[in-house]
Amino acid sequence: MSRIQIVPLLDVVRESSLTTTYRFRADIGGDAGQFVMVWIPKWDELPMALSYLGPVKGITVRAYGDATKALQSFKPGDRIGVRGPYGNTFRLEGERVLAVAGGTGVTSLIASVEAFAQQGAKITTAIGARTAEELVFVDRAGASGETHIATDDGSRGLHGFVPVLAEKLLAKGRYDQVIVCGPERMIKLVVDAALKRNLKVQASLERYMKCGVGICDACAFDDKLVCLDGPIFPGEVLAASEDFGAFRRDKSGRRVPL
Amino acid sequence: MVDLRAELAGIRLRNPTMLASGILDETAGSLLRVHRAGAAAVVTKSIGPEPREGYANPTVVELEMGLLNAVGLPNPGIAEFEREVRQAVGGGATVIGSVYGKDAEEFAKVASAMAGYGVVAVELNLSCPHAKGLGTEIAQHGDAVAEITRAVKDVVSVPVFPKLSPNVSNIAAFATAAERAGADGVVAINTVKAMTIAPELKMPVLANRFGGLSGPAIRPIGVRAVYDIHEAVDIPVVGVGGIASGRDALEYIMAGASAVQLGTVLMSRGVGAFEAVLKEMAALLEEIGLASVREAIGVAHE
Repeated sequence: MSRIQIVPLLDVVRESSLTTTYRFRADIGGDAGQFVMVWIPKWDELPMALSYLGPVKGITVRAYGDATKALQSFKPGDRIGVRGPYGNTFRLEGERVLAVAGGTGVTSLIASVEAFAQQGAKITTAIGARTAEELVFVDRAGASGETHIATDDGSRGLHGFVPVLAEKLLAKGRYDQVIVCGPERMIKLVVDAALKRNLKVQASLERYMKCGVGICDACAFDDKLVCLDGPIFPGEVLAASEDFGAFRRDKSGRRVPL
Repeated sequence: MVDLRAELAGIRLRNPTMLASGILDETAGSLLRVHRAGAAAVVTKSIGPEPREGYANPTVVELEMGLLNAVGLPNPGIAEFEREVRQAVGGGATVIGSVYGKDAEEFAKVASAMAGYGVVAVELNLSCPHAKGLGTEIAQHGDAVAEITRAVKDVVSVPVFPKLSPNVSNIAAFATAAERAGADGVVAINTVKAMTIAPELKMPVLANRFGGLSGPAIRPIGVRAVYDIHEAVDIPVVGVGGIASGRDALEYIMAGASAVQLGTVLMSRGVGAFEAVLKEMAALLEEIGLASVREAIGVAHE
């Protein structure tokens, strides 16, 4: 059982035009890669990765829907609900790691990038965004290792999609494993690229969730649950999946194309 | 060896445990996972005539004594659900299809389609405590339970099990009405209508404000309900509500249940709950000198 805790926001930091970090103190654990269910009162409750660990935790949220847009107006002292932490963590499986983040995926990956670097891994991070203004955590990734950037509009770094950047890095560098988070189709490209080279790869998936604790079946794919068995899955599991990269469940439970 | 086999309205079950409706039962993958974990039968999410998104989050609140939910009957609709049921049945699961509707006609239509997908029985959700115009709201009286049961019995040949609400003054009267209308058994209980408030925010946590409580807190309520129903009817009773151990399951069975359903316990014990409960139940039966589950049914009445 992890009861919901109602906590005041301690700090609100605008990271980019659309993305904001909210810091709060909550008496819950939390390891890199895990997520919490965040209640935005009167709006919604959503799964969000912990972008900062430790006593003062953080979530970093892109304003894309009504609830996350409403959250943008929250100020220090305003309260949210959090429960968790839920889910598993990335496992370090070698010395040289390539982390690939697309869009908001970097908010799920950044704590693991830092944790791996602290464990002594040599970590290279590829961060992709639509445009330079939307890039977040480039400095944090840079403090943990080499960092490469791709933007869809070419405003910074490689002009193109982050899987293309990942492919280039894999072609010229040597890595023991790949970790990846972002839109599912982008994840699929990176997973395929890693598996093609016989590299270990783990991906963190994002799905619509209601319970977060493995009972409501909203985040099911194949016979797995993203909340309970994930959100991080090994590449072999994803490669064998019928749903990964192709189908998701909508709010009613219908299996719909991604 | 204790004989764990059970039987329910002619349906032979390898043991007395089933998956309760609403838990890990919206996709074939999850239904099969629970089947493989040891459940003798799996009850589907309640399915209605059309797709339904359910309520906004928060829909689920973990409390120290149980789980409060107002998920709002999300489901892909009966047409879309065919794929999941057929895949689960094809994979070897014994599937019971839970259905809901706004009236007897809708119940009959959905149940008829569900029966055609290969389920061994149909469970009627007459007891969702939080869906407007559905569940408890349309089954306030024994008459409504009887009307819906009769309408479904007219169109399906598999056994029909109405699931009853504890949010009434006399649940046994509803069981009697169901029995008279031809029900092959009843399932008791659904969740108990409840609310929790976040004092810091001065508002209920659930987006729907109130919902249904499940888990350990409601077990004594369920055991009492099953006990009363067993006194009142001759059809079998399926006990559900807060079962987390073999000992809990035996309470229901001794109150009169022929089988039991597990739900909220999957949150704490995972799908391994089925094997654990069966093992605990067998050990306890052996300890008290009963050779089979069947011998334990209703013994608390003697």
